[in-house]
Amino acid sequence: MSSTTVSATARPAPRYVEDVVRVAMILTMFWGVVAFLAGVVIAAQLVWPQLSFDSQYLTFGRLRPLHTSAAIFAFGGTALIGTAFHVVQRTCRARLFGGAPMGWFVLLGYQFFIVIAASGYLLGITESKEYAEPEWYADLWLTIVWVAYLLAYLGTILKREEPHIYVANWFYLAFIITIAMLHIVNNVSIPVSFTGTKSYSLYAGVQDAMIQWWYGHNAVGFFLTAAFLGMMYYFIPKAANRPVYSYRLSIIHFWALVFLYIWAGPHHLHYTSLPDWAQTLGMIFSVMLWMPSWGGMINGLMTLSGAWDKLRTDPGLRFSVTAVGFYGMSTFEGPVMSIRAVNSLSHYTDWTIGHVHSGALGWVAFIVFGTMYYLVPRLWGRTSMWSTRLIGWHYWIATLGIVLYISSMWVSGIMQGLMWRAYDELGFLQYSFVETVAAMHPFYMIRLLGGVFFLTGGLIMAFNMWRTVRGQPAGMVADTPVAVAA
Amino acid sequence: MPTKIEKDQLSGTDTTGHEWDGIKELNTPLPSWWLYTFYACIAFAIVYSVLYPAWPWFNGHTTGLIGYSTRAELTQELDAQAKARAVFIDRIRATPIGDIRKDPELFNFAVAGGRSAFQTTCMQCHGAGGAGNLGFPNLVDDDWLWGGTLDQIYTTIRYGVRNANDKSHQSQMPRFGADQILTAAQVSAVADYVLSLSGKAKATPEGKKVFEDNCVACHGPEGKGNQELGAPNLTDGIWLYGGDRQSIYNSIFYAHAGSMPAWGDRLDDATIKMLAIYVHNLGGGR
Repeated sequence: MSSTTVSATARPAPRYVEDVVRVAMILTMFWGVVAFLAGVVIAAQLVWPQLSFDSQYLTFGRLRPLHTSAAIFAFGGTALIGTAFHVVQRTCRARLFGGAPMGWFVLLGYQFFIVIAASGYLLGITESKEYAEPEWYADLWLTIVWVAYLLAYLGTILKREEPHIYVANWFYLAFIITIAMLHIVNNVSIPVSFTGTKSYSLYAGVQDAMIQWWYGHNAVGFFLTAAFLGMMYYFIPKAANRPVYSYRLSIIHFWALVFLYIWAGPHHLHYTSLPDWAQTLGMIFSVMLWMPSWGGMINGLMTLSGAWDKLRTDPGLRFSVTAVGFYGMSTFEGPVMSIRAVNSLSHYTDWTIGHVHSGALGWVAFIVFGTMYYLVPRLWGRTSMWSTRLIGWHYWIATLGIVLYISSMWVSGIMQGLMWRAYDELGFLQYSFVETVAAMHPFYMIRLLGGVFFLTGGLIMAFNMWRTVRGQPAGMVADTPVAVAA
Repeated sequence: MPTKIEKDQLSGTDTTGHEWDGIKELNTPLPSWWLYTFYACIAFAIVYSVLYPAWPWFNGHTTGLIGYSTRAELTQELDAQAKARAVFIDRIRATPIGDIRKDPELFNFAVAGGRSAFQTTCMQCHGAGGAGNLGFPNLVDDDWLWGGTLDQIYTTIRYGVRNANDKSHQSQMPRFGADQILTAAQVSAVADYVLSLSGKAKATPEGKKVFEDNCVACHGPEGKGNQELGAPNLTDGIWLYGGDRQSIYNSIFYAHAGSMPAWGDRLDDATIKMLAIYVHNLGGGR
């Protein structure tokens, strides 16, 4: 036991696989802009439906999965693969299992999946399952890539030089294993032919719906929550240069989170043909999830105690902390919306869209931005990003965009729900559906504006990143003598 | 196997002694507010699962102490609304449609109920305000295909137009051009004649002759239409399928045969009465 007391810093670090991580960061930025742009386009289509230009390829129905998949799987997924490889190697003091070839296969194989899935959406090829739209051939390919991802990750942990497994790795590993399980079970389907794209799900009716939302909600739970908590557990302590607030809390909230999340899916099927008992279970497990979710928020925020002053000087860290704040807000809102009586008002309204975006923009995108502002200069050996001022601009524009987005969707969604259920004094339904659509119009314009702000922030970041990768930080350009050729 | 437990200077808390890539962890106990709120959520979940249907079992599931079901909740809500309407609905059912207007209270109720039903079942074709669309008649003006009295509107809603119901309105304009009853030149000439009836073109003798030979049987010698046959008035400048020359040419060449469901097969009689009163009251009722 006492033989392991050699200081960690005294040992030489192995040669880490880093090129894969660098390319992953560039691809993350690219997909981020694509996802935000697609979101702005479909938000504009909801304001002006004629923007589909009567082309089947530009209808809302095809662009919407393009937007959600670009945001969750392309932008989020690529960020997760890149950071997972970065984190697991460093916290295990071990080179990636399988080395660079394994890393490239996972990253590029995943990009290939994204491209065949997304081009399929535009051509009208879809399984019609939300967040699981890709058809059988894309699903099979993703399964191969994902198993390689699991092998690379698990292999690196198994050959680690550190005695313990760091908490970030628990979260990343839970994400990889659970997504494999969800993906395979939800996508079991029978192709019509091996040369055609169409397949039919093995499940039918309410069983299909239940499995779909078991998948769908845990995609939120393990892809968008657990995995990004793994990212947070590494990058916030690194950026703040402070120890993690509570080891005990991290253990308890991790196990509570993974145990409880997997039951919560039926809350997507309140007041449907799903039996009442299953709806109840989905609801009560969601309510119990509140505190386990907040455990991550407490650990993220309290890790900064003693380092709050850094928020003034490090706008990248400001992104991460705001992300944790939005995370806390959405993980409170989620259990509230899962309560049957609340759900009877919120379900099928824009409130759900607002909730998803407070998670997707506020939590997922912001924690990725914070992570990248920390990681990109280090990966390319720069002292800082090209411009710290631009990070500040990005922060305020994007935050304003989120606030416009979610507040307009709250108002629009609650109004919509109330109009649907309104009876006049004689006992007749008061509004027609089209009247509710007309009432939502101004809020759709505010939402579009919020999306444009968020996209603008993303473009500022892409520019800043491009300049960082290309050369010196902005502040140093003036100070450094420029070698003039000829 | 902790390697080096240290005291963190800022918080005064011990670390766990582990370190990964420079990251250490504090051994802070669970925040008690967090723990007790977690317990409270678990307690809520247990109580809720006892009160409501929750746990699956071999031969079914627990039904809960308060006997709740979403289906019962829905039925209760619908019953409550139906009960709130029942007093008036019963009176509407018992009162002949022509007499409802005599009771202002009942009439107001019928208009409100008709509007509500219209917004659910009629506006998809006729528009939210009843102003119609290309191929779907405007219900706000006083131009009626099948008659604009209260009874005629009631009959049209109840049995519909050109559908499988035996009592639905039936009529069919011939496809004068497509079935080679008339030549293209004749269709063209009669299109001009039709336009001339509302002063939009100059009539030719040939057009007049084609009209008299082929159209007057349904549309009448003056082109004022015939509501028995659903033949539109051609003189009032109101066009169901477009009033430009090309549209009129096409209507004569290919003919149209719009259809409407027999709502009596789907809605109860009181609702149809209320719909008829609502539509009659939109502005054009006779």
